[in-house]
Amino acid sequence: METEFTPFASFGGGLMIGLGAVLLMLGLGRIFGATGILSGTIFAEAREEMSWRLAVVLGMVLSPILIFAVTGAMPALTVPVSPAMIVVGGVIVGFGASLGSGCTSGHGVCGLSRLSVRSLVAVPTFMLTAAITVFVIRHALGA
Amino acid sequence: MKHLFALLTGLVFGTGIALSGMMDPAKVLNFFDLAGTWDPSLAFVMGGALIVTFIGYRLVWRRKAPLFEARFQVPTTSNIDARLVGGSALFGVGWGIAGFCPGAAIPALGTGRWEVALFLVSVTGGFYLRRLWHGDPAKATS
Repeated sequence: METEFTPFASFGGGLMIGLGAVLLMLGLGRIFGATGILSGTIFAEAREEMSWRLAVVLGMVLSPILIFAVTGAMPALTVPVSPAMIVVGGVIVGFGASLGSGCTSGHGVCGLSRLSVRSLVAVPTFMLTAAITVFVIRHALGA
Repeated sequence: MKHLFALLTGLVFGTGIALSGMMDPAKVLNFFDLAGTWDPSLAFVMGGALIVTFIGYRLVWRRKAPLFEARFQVPTTSNIDARLVGGSALFGVGWGIAGFCPGAAIPALGTGRWEVALFLVSVTGGFYLRRLWHGDPAKATS
């Protein structure tokens, strides 16, 4: 399925993603890593470690509703994969991002801009395996 | 005030995710499909985000402390080990199968789509399996 090339909307959205990450550093001194924020909300060991993460999660969940309130339309979201692939992919994402200490936000946005050596290794690794996986599923298996 | 500010950062981040196209698995998977229906848009998302964080972080770190906490908590580890490489490699495989990553799926939950909820429940299952495997708490910061 083709999707439209949207360089301006994507760049503008990217600037806002960066702004959200910078604001979290300014206010709370924390990295905006979605994996850590989500797992820290669910598996928190202390209340003060959980509550700020829950607030960030709530703000994130509210954002498409805000967009709906302003524009009258929800953001585009097309799922071109089966429910089984969502489950299998989701479990692997959760396991891998937790084991590798970060995902696209923590290693990608925050880690690369800090020039973290670990993120400079992690990001090319997951970009490469994602591209190989999509190639295998779409072109080798023809799904 | 701290929690209201935290909520605001999530709202700004999530709105960026929604506007950028990161929330749309069809677009994400096309970014990786160089041999097929390639859509390079997501490179612009990463570019935009990195420009702001690269400059913004350095401006923020001129302060002695953040607004609502005593100190900045930035990861200092720099060891490259099998967990980092293997975990990142696995994360990419899962991302390539499902088309969602955690930072996109959390805001996407607000659209009310059941597929997003299914993905996030599965991610949580993955967190849980990893905690069973390695006892230490997930330190998911880079």
